[in-house]
Amino acid sequence: MTESKTAEPHSAPLVDASPAHEHPVDFNNYVRRCVFIFIAILCAVSLMIWVSFLPEHYSWAEKMGMILAVACANALVVAGFLMHLLSEKKMIYTLLGFTVFFVIGLFVLTICATNDFPTGTTFH
Amino acid sequence: MDIPYTVQPRPDTGLYNAKLGIWLFLASEVMLFGGLFSGYVLLRVGADQWPHGWLSVPLGTTNTVILALSAITTLLAWVACKVGQFGKFKFFHACTLLLALTFLCIKGYEYHDKWIHYEIKLNDGTFADGHLVGKSADFDLAKKTGTFTIHGRIVTDENDLYDLRAQKNIQLREIAVPAADIKSMENYGPWHNTYLALYFTLTGLHALHILGGSLVIGYLWGPGRRMWKTDPKRFTNRIEVSGLFWHFVDLVWIFLFPVLYLT
Repeated sequence: MTESKTAEPHSAPLVDASPAHEHPVDFNNYVRRCVFIFIAILCAVSLMIWVSFLPEHYSWAEKMGMILAVACANALVVAGFLMHLLSEKKMIYTLLGFTVFFVIGLFVLTICATNDFPTGTTFH
Repeated sequence: MDIPYTVQPRPDTGLYNAKLGIWLFLASEVMLFGGLFSGYVLLRVGADQWPHGWLSVPLGTTNTVILALSAITTLLAWVACKVGQFGKFKFFHACTLLLALTFLCIKGYEYHDKWIHYEIKLNDGTFADGHLVGKSADFDLAKKTGTFTIHGRIVTDENDLYDLRAQKNIQLREIAVPAADIKSMENYGPWHNTYLALYFTLTGLHALHILGGSLVIGYLWGPGRRMWKTDPKRFTNRIEVSGLFWHFVDLVWIFLFPVLYLT
């Protein structure tokens, strides 16, 4: 492949000013980190499945709460480490702050509207 | 004319433009999926009954692991670019592409499984439920001719079809249903009930994102990699941006899986 030959001139590590990559990148270190993250994700998925099969004396709401808590932790691992959100620029945090605010508003408005029915609605 | 700030960060944002752009796009995507999830909550809370065990947990788990693995290979492809190891980049990006296609194949199988799954209301008030095996050449529901064969079971109460998790040792067999005995029939498409409408909408939109991401990844792995020769830093940034989108798709699935498969 021609790319393999042309890749040679760029074999030196690239450096830019992005915050997650200010330090020299160590490939093997990243591989080790990725293995840990993958295992953490597998554990989280296993835990969710286990909770979903808990006996019936746990209510649906309790199970759902536990499952979503594990899913949130799983999402934080992905966002924090794989998307480098743990070491990002302030601009991105600001942007995400607004996003979280509006998403929460979206959910709250939807839930508040649960019992709103147009005038004249009939139930059978 | 050169496009500014494709590699160097802008002084005011501290980011190169594509990175700020993808985060803005992802913010809009959060709102899109957030709206659908809030719709799910609304419909789920208001539902009198909700299906359980209609989807295959092993298949859903397999897809979850596949997406998680693809997120890892995406990251490693970017790191390979950062350290200048183009061969490793090609390998990991190819892995991501293959994993994405595997995900779509499994999803397609699941859709097909629902498409050939029928609930048939019989004239005697019972229900035949199962997967299509075949139908006779002269089968015509309107003319009441022919037979429709499924691999499934017959239940007297439609509610028995809802909670499959609570039922143990469900016996399935081949059933040939004459068209004359059928009052109405419907497959498990999005029109069947609210749960399936949500399932197809949410997973369909997600699958479209997987498809779109695969096209981008495929382009960067194929013709797009020529940029590595001329501008490796910019190419690396492209890999990072596409990777951020891919991680977001993984994030959405992290919530879709429990909400649809485990509850």
